[in-house]
Amino acid sequence: MADAHIPALLIQGAVYLGAAVLAVPLSKRLGLGSVLGYLIAGILIGPWGLGLIAEPETVLHFSEFGVVMMLFLIGLEIELDKLLELRTPIFGMGGLQVVLTIGLVVALGLFLHLDWRLALVAGMGVAMSSTAIAMQVLAEQGVLAQPSGRSAFAVLLFQDLAVIPLMILLLVIAPGTETATGFHMDWIAITKAIALVVVLIVGGKYLLRPILRYIANTGLREIFIAFALFLIIGVSILMTSVGLSMGLGAFIAGVLLADSEYRQELELDIEPFKGLLLGLFFIAVGMSVNLPLIMQQPWLVLGLGLGFVLLKLVLLFGLARAFGHKSQDALLFALTLSQVGEFAFVIFNAAADARIFTDNTASLLNSVVAISMLTTPLFMLLHGIYQRKRLNRKSSRHDAFEEQRAVIVAGFGRVGQVITRLLSSVGQPPTVIDFDPNQIDLMRQFGHKAYYGDITRPDVLRAAGIAKAKLLILAIDNAEDALETARYVRKHYPQVTILARARNRSYAFEYMDLEVDFVRETFAGALQLGEKVLTELGYSRFHAYRTAWRFRQHDEKLMWASHPIRNDMQQVVVNSLRMRNDLTRILTEEQQGDDKRERINQGWEQVGRPETDRI
Amino acid sequence: MAQRVLILFSHPYAEASRVNRALLNAVLDLPDVTVHDLYQHYPEQMIDVEHEQALVAEHDVLVFQHPLFWYSCPALMKNWLDTVLTFGWAYGDDADALHGKPWVHAITSGGAANVYQRMAYNQFSIAELLRPFEQTATLCGMPYLQPFLTQDVNQLDEIALQKRAAQYAQWIQGMVDGDLPPVVHTAHAPQVDFLAGV
Repeated sequence: MADAHIPALLIQGAVYLGAAVLAVPLSKRLGLGSVLGYLIAGILIGPWGLGLIAEPETVLHFSEFGVVMMLFLIGLEIELDKLLELRTPIFGMGGLQVVLTIGLVVALGLFLHLDWRLALVAGMGVAMSSTAIAMQVLAEQGVLAQPSGRSAFAVLLFQDLAVIPLMILLLVIAPGTETATGFHMDWIAITKAIALVVVLIVGGKYLLRPILRYIANTGLREIFIAFALFLIIGVSILMTSVGLSMGLGAFIAGVLLADSEYRQELELDIEPFKGLLLGLFFIAVGMSVNLPLIMQQPWLVLGLGLGFVLLKLVLLFGLARAFGHKSQDALLFALTLSQVGEFAFVIFNAAADARIFTDNTASLLNSVVAISMLTTPLFMLLHGIYQRKRLNRKSSRHDAFEEQRAVIVAGFGRVGQVITRLLSSVGQPPTVIDFDPNQIDLMRQFGHKAYYGDITRPDVLRAAGIAKAKLLILAIDNAEDALETARYVRKHYPQVTILARARNRSYAFEYMDLEVDFVRETFAGALQLGEKVLTELGYSRFHAYRTAWRFRQHDEKLMWASHPIRNDMQQVVVNSLRMRNDLTRILTEEQQGDDKRERINQGWEQVGRPETDRI
Repeated sequence: MAQRVLILFSHPYAEASRVNRALLNAVLDLPDVTVHDLYQHYPEQMIDVEHEQALVAEHDVLVFQHPLFWYSCPALMKNWLDTVLTFGWAYGDDADALHGKPWVHAITSGGAANVYQRMAYNQFSIAELLRPFEQTATLCGMPYLQPFLTQDVNQLDEIALQKRAAQYAQWIQGMVDGDLPPVVHTAHAPQVDFLAGV
């Protein structure tokens, strides 16, 4: 009865969201990462899985919209400064990677007597890595700022840029160009395409900002968002009309806005969509896995998929080594970029549209791409296990005869390093756990006992010797992980004393609940800075020190006092007001000292007392 | 040759101290005089011993300027003595870093001179109260000189204070010029036996 009134879009939306909500947390919990979760969700609900989403056109629309949105956001992130800073890895590594991959695939294709156009297009597609997957993986591994991560980002950037000439090349080699009329026609198309890009860039540079300013001045946020979306879709339509991809258009729109004053606003506004849209994109990739086609030629598809991945792995690894990366960095770099990326879909579909090869070939190649994408999360999982084994095996061999260390420092970042150095300086070097193999290697060289791994994992804690440790210091940056670890250790190893860094007041309360001693991360630093400010304002250094110390006492008292009532906002406010008045009174009384002759008693500070006057 | 004078100034609430500030201001710019404000230098009360010993080595006369706190010195000055005068450097066999360098106090006190005597409010003379310092100096081979006492400070008006500050500058300048106050030995005064009063 009600069926007829429920729009299909809502049902599809429910299916997509439901699948994601079911599959992604499960995948994360199993240690497979979120990308694989989305991909599997896509396969499950796709036309060849449960068939919940049956119409291939919907799949295509969603898939393309996901790619388009992602490219806009990537475009927004690409600034000229960043490009210049990374020019060697971008143009050196990225350029070589693209050229060599295309060359190898074409050579392979020609060797197998395939059409040169097919081989060339396949090479172009295979040369691309998945920005979405790679960035997600890099972020999850926490290596974005490290050598492997930076190089990977640079190569991805080059690939993004390379799409424009590759798409034009695609039009040039399209079969139509061989006939006289087709040749003529396509030159017009190419001219149109180039003209549009030029118009976009020039127009974007001079028109976009005044329009954005006009809209921003209305103060209506939803209109700002609406315009951003309109811009993306509008540019995409324009690009499609001249035969370029929607994604390319959105990408250019993004780059045009990358250095505008509205970039952050755009990013903030679109950020909430970003995760979901990326998820949708991965689901779409999952759905595009053409199961019947794979079943027809399972070995061909699997073989091609794995073959391409293997080829890219070897090439990327060699390239990274040639550019001076250590082998562990090179391995992570190669694994991150080893899949064939979403640009390949765009390129293959465009090639099919340009009749360079048949739709069936495109479909086959798309399945190969999807297969290759499935490999990355699995590779990362294996890589994690391998790293842990490699590093921790080495350590257990090294440290076999060493006695159990009393202190474990979790996290070798800015905080962990200082603590480790301090402890080493007093002859009590701790066991260190960190997630960064480079740090682990470095520490080993200096004779430290270090374990590779994620401290939230019970096996890592066990390997580091939590069962016999006296102290666990939670120095990792991720506050949630630290808290979770504290809870776990409290429960399973109650004899271990835990010391933690609390990011802020609410984490401090959490640690109070757990009866874990903690230090508020930035509080001491802020107080020290405040002390210097007081000194600059003319306080003597000891006066500044005392004042800061008293303030600290006050603040800590306030925190302890508000702990039991922290969920009652009104009481917290009243309490903090009362305490603040107390502090103000104390500090002003100290200030007035001489005149009032009635200062708070701090021993000899109370000069005014007649008894002490006579000494 | 000019004697280099090191003034070790200890006052935890220097900003609120009228008299000590005036005295110190009078000597801040004297040549060959180093003013070392301990509370300003070590607000956290931990003393860099090597730095202090080097500073002492560069000077010929040590002046301890401080208010009288509970018949003694402020805590940081005591801390300075405890940590800087180390065995093997200040005292012990072959330790002669301080040999011959005069030790002298410049003290401010709330009470007037007449309350520092038997039967009076404070029972003991300043000289008696300072005996731990005297013996420390003696053990380190340092001549212990007659202190510069500014007493009854709450009765000092602005004019008297300025006069006193000028006298302090003159006193310090005298030491720079080699005109040292007399050496004192309170040990030669009659022994006061703890058992005598029982």
